[in-house]
Amino acid sequence: MKMNGAKIMLECLKKEGVDTVFGYPGGTVINLYDALFDFKEIRHILPRHEQAGTHAADGYARATGRVGVAIATSGPGATNTVTGIATAYMDSIPMVIITGQVPTALIGNDAFQEVDIIGITRPCTKHSFLIRDVKDIALTMKKAFYIARSGRPGPVLVDFPKDVQMAQGEFHYPETVDIRGYKPNLSGHPRQVEKAMAMILDSRRPVMYVGGGAVLGDAAEPVTLLARKLSLPVTTTLMGLGSFPESDDLSLGMLGMHGAYCANMAMTHSDLIIAIGARFDDRVTGKLSTFAPHAKIIHIDVDPTSIKKNVRVDLPIVGDVKDVLTKMIQQADKSNGKISEFVAALSPWHDDISGWKEKHPLSYKQSSTIIKPQFVIQKLRELSDEDAIISTDVGQHQMWTAQFFKFNKPRTLLTSGGLGTMGFGLPSAMGAQAAFPNRQVITICGDGGIQMNIQEMATLVQNRLPVKIVILNNNFLGMVRQWQELFFDKRYSSTCMELPIDYIKLADAYGAKGFLASKPGDVESVIKQGFEEKGPVIMEFKIAREEKVLPMVPAGASLNEMVLNA
Amino acid sequence: MQHTISVIVENDFGVLSRVATLFSGRGFNIESLSVAPTNEDGLSRMTIVTRGDAQILEQINKQLNKLIDVLKVLDFSDGSAIERELALIKVSAEDDARAEVLRVVDIFRAKIIDVTPKSYTIEATGNPLKIDAILDLLRPLGLKEVVRTGSVAIGRGAKGWNG
Ligand SMILES: Cc1ncc(C[n+]2csc(CCOP(=O)(O)OP(=O)(O)O)c2C)c(N)n1
Ligand SMILES: [Mg+2]
Repeated sequence: MKMNGAKIMLECLKKEGVDTVFGYPGGTVINLYDALFDFKEIRHILPRHEQAGTHAADGYARATGRVGVAIATSGPGATNTVTGIATAYMDSIPMVIITGQVPTALIGNDAFQEVDIIGITRPCTKHSFLIRDVKDIALTMKKAFYIARSGRPGPVLVDFPKDVQMAQGEFHYPETVDIRGYKPNLSGHPRQVEKAMAMILDSRRPVMYVGGGAVLGDAAEPVTLLARKLSLPVTTTLMGLGSFPESDDLSLGMLGMHGAYCANMAMTHSDLIIAIGARFDDRVTGKLSTFAPHAKIIHIDVDPTSIKKNVRVDLPIVGDVKDVLTKMIQQADKSNGKISEFVAALSPWHDDISGWKEKHPLSYKQSSTIIKPQFVIQKLRELSDEDAIISTDVGQHQMWTAQFFKFNKPRTLLTSGGLGTMGFGLPSAMGAQAAFPNRQVITICGDGGIQMNIQEMATLVQNRLPVKIVILNNNFLGMVRQWQELFFDKRYSSTCMELPIDYIKLADAYGAKGFLASKPGDVESVIKQGFEEKGPVIMEFKIAREEKVLPMVPAGASLNEMVLNA
Repeated sequence: MQHTISVIVENDFGVLSRVATLFSGRGFNIESLSVAPTNEDGLSRMTIVTRGDAQILEQINKQLNKLIDVLKVLDFSDGSAIERELALIKVSAEDDARAEVLRVVDIFRAKIIDVTPKSYTIEATGNPLKIDAILDLLRPLGLKEVVRTGSVAIGRGAKGWNG
């Protein structure tokens, strides 16, 4: 059956199992939108800004593990997606972004609303395609989805000129795809796995260091199994939170710049670091020359370019983390005889760790007059559903969430770790809520970042997406203010927000509900009221304005040189 | 240190800029670059000569391998390849200098491909060091224009790049 290119594109999305797309119409996608008008199998959600649409597709992908899809028109629509694409790229999130493009005959002519979006996004996409012929749509989309989700996932951009959308063609979706230059190596080498197990059994101060790759690779289960089987302490990165239950005694919590004292001390004193889907980012290692000076390093990652990028590695294992960990567990089963002896030998190490945990647990000074942000986070954990999905914006509130919420399940924390994109919180929650209409979705934002995509309140209300928006309002760009306090002599250059905003009225203007807590006694009741509402809600907490995120490893310092209370 | 690498790529638009971005993004200068189709359908081969730290180069090699359109990266930094370059050299040559140019051309087994009363145009091929050497000898005579293709490289022995 003949149909136009726009319809073929939608048939491709359907074949890929796409049920929701986030997009914004315009001249060069008007044909695509015309086809969408009666294409009932795909739900289209109209954000109020293409950046937010892209973050929503990203949030959808983070929460579900499936490929998120965003659509934008050419020119300004396409450039508005760039921050969203870069955010997804830095955190390896599978996404397909379809941008309209001027007709092929006009490309390169500075036509109205033409930009070279492929060129602009080249450094922040896993790959990109320009479709020049209606006959190429199906194979291109098959490749785009395959590339986005396989190996180390990432965003793929498909530029879709208007004349190709209008051209008539046949729809045949290929069953399989073979890209000769792209064969991700998924299966961990058995000999490397054997060596890894031998190194672990030889170690006396081992630490598992788990990153976002474990979440993306759906490896939380084998991470947990392996850790418990061998009694290995586990620390996670910001992106790895949820891959190992923080309620477990073996959990050290998050490490790095704002990590737990015990986690950073354990890394510094370790004799063996087992890195799983993590990339030794500078926020995690602190000063490289003094990072984990006594440790051998086993590095498991699906992406060979992550290995040995920042630190020396004694044993690299390239492969899908789930595959490798599953093999390691089998290997451990074979060495069962030695395990009890090994675990017994770890007891001094576990004692050291307990000592560090007791010496400096994550803590804050409670107040009876003013709301402490950490207290709000703890209350949110206490009062929210066990499987609630939390997204955050970027800043102090993000770090307090990471420190105090206590994540026990993968894909329950959606946060921009790599790029640190303010404005991510609300739209990513919107994407997660579209994927899971019946789960509690909460976004925790600062008063700065919430303004960056506040327009999405309208999308929430219109689409009945009952996201619970928490604003920790310190009337400051708090994270920058903290740096100014500590390192710039309290010269608060452009970090005070000055103008107070009435968030209750703002919620009201969008047709949502707003609640305000100004003293500690209000916190619980505001959260309860907010959670009881059927629709989207803003819960504003006026928090201690100059509260700092602690502990903190100053930029360039060693992991064990933490500022504990300043 | 100087490195020569060959990259087998899909002959698609955009490949060249993806590859170039990897170098420029790390502040690596490409000293020479040559690209042309191979005997295999749809594949091109790039030969890149660059200078830099071995560790960064290893990263670049890995990153090149990661590009979807790259089939294979051959690192010839260990000298395991035969390298050749072609140069077209226009040199001014009048009176006595004409004989001197011809002598140099002869020694280097180069060829004269164009002649005027005031100039010779020379075609020279060889290892890039040999090209440097002929240029050094011709320079005092008056180089007017030099075009070099940049190195191309092929591994020694019976095996092709894919076995
Ligand atoms: C788009 C963007 N612009 C600037 C920054 C730099 N930045 C990081 S945290 C921060 C302050 C955020 O303030 P707020 O949203 O109020 O959160 P708080 O730190 O107060 O919790 C800024 C400006 C950023 N990360 N992203
Ligand atoms: Mg703030």
